[in-house]
Amino acid sequence: MEGCVATELRLGLPGTDNVRNKKRPLQEADEECGANGKSDAQDETAPPAKAQIVGWPPIRSYRKKNIQAKKNDSEGPGIYIKVGMDGAPYLRKIDLKVYSGYPDLLQALENMFKFTIGKYSEREGYKGSDYAPTYEDKDGDWMLVGDDPWEMFITSCKRLRIMKGSEARGLGCGV
Amino acid sequence: MHKKMAFSFPDEVLEHVFSFIQSDKDRNAVSMVCKSWYEIERWCRRKVFVGNCYAVSPRMVIRRFPEFRSIELKGKPHFADFNLVPDGWGGYVFPWIAEMAGAYPWLEEIRLKRMVVTDESLELIAKSFKNFKVLVLSSCEGFSTDGLAAIAASCKNLKELDLRDCEVDDLSAHWLSHFPETYTSLVSLNISCLGSDEASFSALERLVHRCTNLKTLRLNRAVPLDKIANILRHAPQLVEFGTGTYTADVRPDVYSDLAGVLSSCKELKSLSGFWDVIPDYLPAIYPVCSKLTSLNLSYATIQSPDLIKLVSHCPNLQRLLVLDYIEDSGLEVLASSCKDLQELRVFPSDPFGAEPNVSLTEQGLVAVSLGCPKLQSVLYFCRRMSNEALVTIARSRPNFTRFRLCIIEPKTADYLTLEPLDVGFGAIVQYCKDLRRLSLSGLLTDRVFEYIGTYAKKLEMLSVAFAGDSDLGLHHVLSGCESLRKLEIRDCPFGDKALLANAAKLETMRSLWMSSCAVSFAACKLLGQKMPRLNVEVIDERGPPDSRPENCPVDKLYIYRSIAGPRFDMPPFVWTMDEDSGLRLS
Repeated sequence: MEGCVATELRLGLPGTDNVRNKKRPLQEADEECGANGKSDAQDETAPPAKAQIVGWPPIRSYRKKNIQAKKNDSEGPGIYIKVGMDGAPYLRKIDLKVYSGYPDLLQALENMFKFTIGKYSEREGYKGSDYAPTYEDKDGDWMLVGDDPWEMFITSCKRLRIMKGSEARGLGCGV
Repeated sequence: MHKKMAFSFPDEVLEHVFSFIQSDKDRNAVSMVCKSWYEIERWCRRKVFVGNCYAVSPRMVIRRFPEFRSIELKGKPHFADFNLVPDGWGGYVFPWIAEMAGAYPWLEEIRLKRMVVTDESLELIAKSFKNFKVLVLSSCEGFSTDGLAAIAASCKNLKELDLRDCEVDDLSAHWLSHFPETYTSLVSLNISCLGSDEASFSALERLVHRCTNLKTLRLNRAVPLDKIANILRHAPQLVEFGTGTYTADVRPDVYSDLAGVLSSCKELKSLSGFWDVIPDYLPAIYPVCSKLTSLNLSYATIQSPDLIKLVSHCPNLQRLLVLDYIEDSGLEVLASSCKDLQELRVFPSDPFGAEPNVSLTEQGLVAVSLGCPKLQSVLYFCRRMSNEALVTIARSRPNFTRFRLCIIEPKTADYLTLEPLDVGFGAIVQYCKDLRRLSLSGLLTDRVFEYIGTYAKKLEMLSVAFAGDSDLGLHHVLSGCESLRKLEIRDCPFGDKALLANAAKLETMRSLWMSSCAVSFAACKLLGQKMPRLNVEVIDERGPPDSRPENCPVDKLYIYRSIAGPRFDMPPFVWTMDEDSGLRLS
């Protein structure tokens, strides 16, 4: 069966690995396109990463540091927090960094604990269900998930708890 | 006899007249009228400017001007800002301080740019000049907070301490506590470049509290947002203020404190800092925006909508520094809101990314050029340009004095026509008759240099990278640009011919930098031999240039006029082409 790999029909130049999915310069894509269509372009091995030219673009080092600092923040270690739900036998752990925002996070929680959260509004909290997602912040206070901007939330959230029942409904009373 | 006396004034009268002449150029002109004017002028010159610290020796300066109070010195070439000048090249200030310490106990002001300043130098300054008032260090390095502590402790009359973009060894934030409790004369303090370590907030607060004449205060990133209110409360008279990090947990009390204290600063005209901005705290500055003339948001990583909101509150803005997050849409708003805008700098937020991360193109620059009648200075980073846009910009804004365009990818052609950008930059130099500084980028042939040589008669500084086809390009510039003082070139196919043919021109300029070009070692030697008043320095980290064939191009070349002769503080990778031996090692 080993022979199959060598002779199988693949999208890409013989001898190249199909795994990477980077864009190619437009000219090459035109050459390779033919009958296979534009999708070929995406599956080619990427050209080697461009070597950075010394001193170009002409930006001072302290500006470069400022930009890099921002980037490292987003690529750094994850923000792992415990998540509990009222009535669930054990807690779970999630990395807040993998979510793009509240909808993404809430969807993940719904899948994890098999429940449905209501619709969020600033005035009434989560309306239409028995559940309300809450979190403990840096000051030790329990807050409703969704009021703060996402970036602020992930830096101040210490743990999550999905409240259930009458307590949860009480949060929706526009206090 | 009588006629002669009628035309000569007593020295004191001439001295009094000369005291109204401040500019160095005018002073130099005055000193060349006749011998007696030279003598009178040199005794009453109070401010000395040395554009290249190696062009003249400290002793020569002291001998000619026995009574100056203020000196400004510049060291490394401009491309040192972008790491093109290896560490250890030179630019040491200590010899100057040492000479002046003996000769000028009454020296009051020292301003340095791109020089190496050691703690030893700072300690010597603190010890030697009893009436020392102003220390401005711009893009300097080599010192630590220990040196600053010495200045703080000893300079009782210090008015200005300005560390602009310096690299400082941050050993301890407690240097601020070295200002004695009796010290109150501070007018301007800029510590924005200091590291992000714990700062001594209480010492800073007390300092600000007792220095009631403080007009400029630029803090560093380490000062948290919730500390600013306490600092500003003591300084409502501030005219220029730079925040520290502009982020904190959103708390209504911190916000209202900050907004309140800012609105009581009625004289505030300039704001900077804004590291790590979160938009929630931006409205705190709205009350002061209408009076702002200068705003530096070049560290503020906020998006276009927030930038637009901010900029729309600042109708009197004259100077704006910002990241390309502002995008074309933000620049259009700027063009319609800020009719007094004179200077704009747009920096790239992702300079090394392969693809554009924001929607900032030539359109933004066109909008501002069309909309802001007073715009004269621009530094603009973008990823595409067209000749059409450049021609529009040139026609609508002939009052440009500084035009620096950086198209991020080298040799990028006009994106509409795929042609070189020669015609576009040609229009800039043709229409902007007062252009003093120009930086080129994009795909350029020798033709652009022909335009520059023909039209850019007031051009004093030109920066060139990845441009041109042949020596003809360099020849056009050297033979045509009458006012040229500084020329810096990298990665261009310019070789020996143009350089040697225009050798005499080099003595009329402050300096020429060429790196990764095609100038041979032989040509450097020849130039050094023929032009004794030029220092021809070959900088090559590969090893001695004579270990390779003579026609091999040198890595980096720095040529500057000097009456001090070759310097003696060169590191092992710098050689001066001497008239005697053709090769001199220090």
